[in-house]
Amino acid sequence: MDATTFLVQCLNAVQYGLLLFLVASGLTLIFGIMGVINLAHGSFYMIGAYLAFALAPYFVGQFLPMLLAGTLLAALFGFVLEWVFFSFLYRREHLQQVLMTYALILVFEESRSLLLGNDVHGVQPPAWLAGSIALGELMSYPVYRLFASAACLVVAALLYLVVHRTRLGMMVRAGASNREMVRGLGIDVRLLYRGVFAAGVALAALAGMIAAPMSSVYPGMGGSVLIVSFVIVVIGGIGSITGALIASLLVGVVDTFGKVFFPALSGIGIYLLMAVVLVWRPEGLMRRGH
Amino acid sequence: MHLIKLSATAALATTLALSTAMSMVVPGEAHAQAAAGPVKVGFMLPYTGTYASLGNMIEAGFKLYVQEQGGKLGGREIQYFKVDDESEPSKATDNVNKLIKRDQVDVLVGTVHSGVALGMAKAAKESNTLLIVPNAGADAITGPLCSPNIVRSSFSNWQPGYSTGVVVAQKGHKRAMTITWNYAAGSETVKGFTEAFEKAGGKVVKDLNLPFPNVEFQALLTEIAAQKPDAVFAFFAGGGAVKFVKDYAAAGLDKTIPLYGSGFLTDGTLEAQGAAAQGLQTTLHYADNLDTPRNNAFRKSFALAYKANADVYAVQGYDAAQILAAGLAAVKGDLSKREALTTAMRKTTVDSPRGRFTLSAAGNPVQDMYLREAKGTNNEFKAVAVKALADPARGCKL
Repeated sequence: MDATTFLVQCLNAVQYGLLLFLVASGLTLIFGIMGVINLAHGSFYMIGAYLAFALAPYFVGQFLPMLLAGTLLAALFGFVLEWVFFSFLYRREHLQQVLMTYALILVFEESRSLLLGNDVHGVQPPAWLAGSIALGELMSYPVYRLFASAACLVVAALLYLVVHRTRLGMMVRAGASNREMVRGLGIDVRLLYRGVFAAGVALAALAGMIAAPMSSVYPGMGGSVLIVSFVIVVIGGIGSITGALIASLLVGVVDTFGKVFFPALSGIGIYLLMAVVLVWRPEGLMRRGH
Repeated sequence: MHLIKLSATAALATTLALSTAMSMVVPGEAHAQAAAGPVKVGFMLPYTGTYASLGNMIEAGFKLYVQEQGGKLGGREIQYFKVDDESEPSKATDNVNKLIKRDQVDVLVGTVHSGVALGMAKAAKESNTLLIVPNAGADAITGPLCSPNIVRSSFSNWQPGYSTGVVVAQKGHKRAMTITWNYAAGSETVKGFTEAFEKAGGKVVKDLNLPFPNVEFQALLTEIAAQKPDAVFAFFAGGGAVKFVKDYAAAGLDKTIPLYGSGFLTDGTLEAQGAAAQGLQTTLHYADNLDTPRNNAFRKSFALAYKANADVYAVQGYDAAQILAAGLAAVKGDLSKREALTTAMRKTTVDSPRGRFTLSAAGNPVQDMYLREAKGTNNEFKAVAVKALADPARGCKL
């Protein structure tokens, strides 16, 4: 492998890792702060991708407004969902949470099938991002992929600022470490949770919308993303945004170079990584709320 | 939206056909003279999940042929039974036994997913039930698992791989790379490609694969750019095929390294692939615009019956019915003449919309493979890639 190829592969790894981070950050927020195992998180990613497909005709030439509208819709959806379903789950056992969120996956998949069918769809990237940059003599890199990475970085930075530099973030972090104490201090935990859940759903849907033009929109696309996201949450430390970022990048690197160097074992690379990290640090890389 | 309409129409047609078939069975009479009652056909197909539309097309094709014969094959009415296999291999044995033991069907027709079809083939072999496979390409069905009572109306995975290998070698390419998911259909197709390509003097320099159904291709595309082969052969289907073809074009590789694939790379996916797939060449046993009187008549009849366009899956279902018809005609509907029935099914020449084909000793179609080119939303016929290609049926002792 020459230097150019190596650098391009590193770019691939970072770009894949950042996209995963967007999904996993929402999952780690919901899992870490509210203590709910949300198997339906992959479905929010799928819903995001289908939103991009469904909204595209109404936002011709307005890609960023579309992202914004889709994210807001998803947040609203998350807000209602928490109210109607998830708020009843906090005091229940994990098994019951798993059962309900699994049922939600089936409901989402079936509704998607009824509303939009089982066909595979493509979403066009906006014209100003449609080009590509030559890298090396044969390969070129789509501008949209660079944009996606940049967008993920911006969201990561915003998340970091909100969680670590604002009063709201302080409440969220406090809620992750000790929710009884937060309640004792007179903070409306119910509303806080509803907001966190809505943000988690919005993040996953945003990831789906950003991914839609790079990949395609197809039934069951949330499933594989969900599994990788859980791996990232566990590696990074449950509830830790910074941990999720580091873990996402690690998973990106292991997956990318695993495919190239050990194609036969590429399927198990990230699970090996998870096992090694857990043996070394059973709580994950970072502590809760950091 | 198009698909909703399509499946709704297919479902409606199915229900209508089913109720008609049912109403023709007068219970007392069927009991009194079992031999003259209807022939029981059991569809075990995916009616839910990703492959649901394929299952509906196969059933629609099968029923269309029966309707064209006036609803009778070999002088006997046909009664349909249905089980949704959910494309779930772990439920295959239970599901197929519902048809064999509970409904006591005379003929099994199924299925799409190879893993489920392998389970069906085992059960059919053990219970000696007739089985017609209308899609699943697993080589083993007409290989080690072959049996006089099992035939296939579609293809073996090896076939489209092999014919693409012949084409790629003919175009003068010397070094090729292959890429697929690391599962049976992928590796069997790639094996067929490698066999033909290397027999013609080419060399496969590297096989790339990733776990099913992973669609993060970027790392492997970079690897292709680094190795600079003359051509790339890919096997993907459905959502994975759409993403791969688009990623390949987005990486700029489509301009420098030609991409080839088995037909499933572009079948039913062209609309989503858009510009990225235009001009892509693949091989398969069917092409949408095959301009023969037989195919035109079939497509017209299908469109009239279902208000939808036929596809390769509908053809395979239609031909499954033709194979059964040949068997039943030879014994005049008398299922007790089992040997004469299976012999006639296997010896028939099927006048298929894809072109005439016969069945090999192992029960797999010996058929022309077509080179097609993606234009708009059609895979258009370009040339015959290999005439009368027979699967080697490795491991079959028939």
